[in-house]
Amino acid sequence: MESALHHLSIYQAHKLLKEGQTTSVELTEAVLRQIEKVEGLVKAYITITPELALKQARLADEKILRHRKAGESFSPLLGIPISIKDIICTEGIRTTCASRILENFFPPYDATVVEKLKEAGAVIVGKTNLDEFAMGSSTENSAFFPTRNPWDLERVPGGSSGGSAAAVAAGECLGSLGTDTGGSVRQPAAFCGVTGLKPSYGRVSRYGLVAFASSLDQIGPITKDVTDAALLLSVIAGHDPKDSTSVDYPVPDYLKALVPEVKGVRVGVPKEYFIEGMEEGVEKAIREAIDCLEELGAEVVEISLPHTKYALPTYYLIAPAEASANLARYDGVKYGLYIPASELWEEYRLTRGNGFGPEVKRRIMLGTYALSAGYYDAYYLKAQKVRTLIKKDFDEAFEKVDVIVAPTSPTVAFKLGEKVEDPLKMYLSDVFTIPVNLAGICAISIPCGFSEGLPVGLQVMGPAFGEEKILRVAYAYEQATQWHLKRPPL
Amino acid sequence: MAITREEVEHIAELAKLYLTEEEKEKMQRQLSAILDYFAMLQEIDTSLIPPTATVLPLRNVMREDTPAPSFDRDKILANAPQKVEGYVKVKVVLE
Repeated sequence: MESALHHLSIYQAHKLLKEGQTTSVELTEAVLRQIEKVEGLVKAYITITPELALKQARLADEKILRHRKAGESFSPLLGIPISIKDIICTEGIRTTCASRILENFFPPYDATVVEKLKEAGAVIVGKTNLDEFAMGSSTENSAFFPTRNPWDLERVPGGSSGGSAAAVAAGECLGSLGTDTGGSVRQPAAFCGVTGLKPSYGRVSRYGLVAFASSLDQIGPITKDVTDAALLLSVIAGHDPKDSTSVDYPVPDYLKALVPEVKGVRVGVPKEYFIEGMEEGVEKAIREAIDCLEELGAEVVEISLPHTKYALPTYYLIAPAEASANLARYDGVKYGLYIPASELWEEYRLTRGNGFGPEVKRRIMLGTYALSAGYYDAYYLKAQKVRTLIKKDFDEAFEKVDVIVAPTSPTVAFKLGEKVEDPLKMYLSDVFTIPVNLAGICAISIPCGFSEGLPVGLQVMGPAFGEEKILRVAYAYEQATQWHLKRPPL
Repeated sequence: MAITREEVEHIAELAKLYLTEEEKEKMQRQLSAILDYFAMLQEIDTSLIPPTATVLPLRNVMREDTPAPSFDRDKILANAPQKVEGYVKVKVVLE
């Protein structure tokens, strides 16, 4: 048992803690040993915090002991080793966004989600690698080093939350928090054979999340199974007075949604998601997953989301436009890299020109162009109007079906270096995840098989604030197939 | 090329981004390819479609203006590259 502690799910570990069969210190030590063993190959972390983790684990064990003596139940996160994407602020722990410009930034406060994790008693193991400022689909845009896919070290883990997904798959933590602006939780989860949930826009507070594209960003869990995703979401969801875009709807106990039963559930299959360029092995795995849902009693209906092909250009105008405004704050004055020059404007140019990597510069340029005089109507405003149409597609679809299923990505994990020189090709990797962010709805990616030895992800999309629906369908599928139990051969 | 060298330089100046000659050349090529691809948006007639800036129905969220302790000054200044006597130091903006 001991040797496999790091491969437990959060829920399984919680059960052992409740029964007194293990301790948080034992769990944390097992995870730290696994990090020592595989981190040199995977490189999932930018910062590892072993002392802090063990201190939090000892405190958690004291609390667990008290709860057990009193016969009380306790938070399923109490004493659980968790990692956090390095774009979410952690007080006193370096938060770099995988950028040279924030290489030595120590946040003076915790993000609301981190506060909530700490309140629940989670143990923080470290901060995971990402594409710089979450801009990318492979984690190769990290200014420090790329992360590798635990299933094949020559391949990318996906991105931008590639460090989180790889860490979960490799047993370097029991669960993680990522962020998803255009697929950055779901696509790496698919590539690494784990579960990733993008909550509806407004479901989770963004306070303390370093802003990329504010109308699209959401924080979401990356976990070993659907139960853990439900459990983490229950902890981080909810209104926050510090984020005016977090919505004041009640937070259900998402664990209660986990009923392995889909009889009569209407599942939509959008024909626009089965396109040329999709890998054969991916399509096969997805078709088999759809058949499986039908066998379980779901009613499968073909639907149409006619504006799907316009989602990619729409996203790559709106997200960079918002990013170009959000990233204007990095000027070397209040924090971050500072390069002195003879006058202020030159300091700005040099600081930003040297502090940002190629993809971040490309997006700032693209966004600035789309917002600039003469191009605003043709690009930015146009994209916002098409966004309305994309949202309308989903609104109409959800009148007919409860959830929509599709591939998470058209391919399995690609090789390092394969797409770095061709940004457009890299952007196409997000073609199936982007529409969800534009529409503000929720979606989950779960493992649904393998193509040439690499994991394939099934995406289940639901209406805004319909997380219970996607969790239920995902759980029923997971329980019927057990793909989530496969571990990479590290 | 959908975008000229001069435009690249103009945008870089708006964004206050120093670019090397090599970066400018690459940026012109890559942005042109991306913008060419984006031209497909012009196929759609959006004359009667309102824009979406946010998917939420919320507008102008207000809260009570209640005084509360703020961050500690030293803690905030700890990340500032240049500071003097409890202030952030910057170069002259107005002559």
